[in-house]
Amino acid sequence: MSVISDITVPARAPYSATLKAGQTMRIIDLESQQAVDALFYNAHDVTERYSAQDTLAAQAAAGGKFYLETGAVLLSNEARPMMTITADTCGFHDTCAGACSCESNTVRFGHETRFMHSCRENFLNELGKYGMGKRDLVSNVNFFMNVPIRPNGELTVDDGVSEPGGYVDLRAEMDVLVLISNCPQVNNPCNGFRPTPIRIVISA
Amino acid sequence: MEIAWAGLTEVALLDLDKLTPEEYRARYLALQDAARARAAAPPEIPPAAEAGEVLKRESIPPGWYVALRLKRGEAMRITNPGGTPGAALFFWNADDVSERFNAGDTTKLQWTTNLTTGRVLFSDMGRVLMSIIADSGAGHDSIIGANTPAQTGAGRNGRDNLRLAAAKFGLTRRDVGPCISLFSSISTDAEGAVHYNGAPPAGAFVDLRAEMNLLVALSNTPHALSPVTAATGPIDFSVYAAAPSELCRTYSEEAVRGFENTDAYFA
Repeated sequence: MSVISDITVPARAPYSATLKAGQTMRIIDLESQQAVDALFYNAHDVTERYSAQDTLAAQAAAGGKFYLETGAVLLSNEARPMMTITADTCGFHDTCAGACSCESNTVRFGHETRFMHSCRENFLNELGKYGMGKRDLVSNVNFFMNVPIRPNGELTVDDGVSEPGGYVDLRAEMDVLVLISNCPQVNNPCNGFRPTPIRIVISA
Repeated sequence: MEIAWAGLTEVALLDLDKLTPEEYRARYLALQDAARARAAAPPEIPPAAEAGEVLKRESIPPGWYVALRLKRGEAMRITNPGGTPGAALFFWNADDVSERFNAGDTTKLQWTTNLTTGRVLFSDMGRVLMSIIADSGAGHDSIIGANTPAQTGAGRNGRDNLRLAAAKFGLTRRDVGPCISLFSSISTDAEGAVHYNGAPPAGAFVDLRAEMNLLVALSNTPHALSPVTAATGPIDFSVYAAAPSELCRTYSEEAVRGFENTDAYFA
């Protein structure tokens, strides 16, 4: 394996990169309990993109769970494999709760949180670099984010379970544009109420 | 020179570094406690308001779909006379189609995946697109959603029907996000496995009030986990004028704020 890129993404910042099929992206939660929101697009036709419902439908039909762990295959809206989780020290990555936004923050945490930075601000800035906009801001994965759905239907954001230096490896199954928001949220426990840097290593 | 900004002083604005991590945690736990107290003692459901004069009535044959407009204040009663296993639904703000149903926000903002009478369906902009003003309780799922060619092969499926309905509004597959599968009951167990709880009872219904002007895609196709992959009967709907639902507008603090955002959009 040779390292193509090794970058530290500051707390609260966005990041993007294009992976060729077969390359692996390792996302490292340097200090623990840091949610990393991610979107995936077919690099050659961005209208094919990650679909949480296609992914979970296939996984659930095979007896799997409502969250992502090692072995999970992230499917596109054409049900084609985009990424496979090939290694994971955390065991729980959310794909149900979506990315935080200024607007949803007002509903969930009160109007006083309206002017706080959020993942969808990061994503919109990054999407713009690729000629995309809010229409393209679809379902995402929240790596290292602990979102239980309990048997009574309750959905909460609980304290993260990732350890310092914890990581997840994603192998690209097609050429994939990856957009990341190093989550700035402090109104729920997804970042331990203290957003921290992450490190992203791409290898071939 | 100091400039006074009217309005912004009405709430004590927060920023990332204004409070300590411990203070942010305390705020979150208080919100979670309130949501849990509400889930443990939900508001009493008043008798459904009498439906207004029917403006439109249609029946969707098995495997087909409709693309229709709803005005703010109109409601649709969707009925499932034969208990077909699911009906896929997606919708957009007709005045700005970049605003659309957001499944993640709908469950996260209401702290629950149980979408039934009193709950609302949020857009990506913190506003309420639809209110669930009546519901027979068959269950509606926005986690797994509609079936696709992965389940149906060459047969008609929810994903393609929603895309076809979107196309009738000039939209494309870019514009169809995670949907809600009506009349679809799923649950998760303590280990995190997802279970499909079987077809709904015959006669199941749900009444959805448009809180904004909407473009609606409604497909008579099953849930993705239904072992029966082709619809087994019609999905019927009628459109009528509906009064605002106080139950939905006040069901939770989150709903109150969602309607504050929605009302401000039309003010």
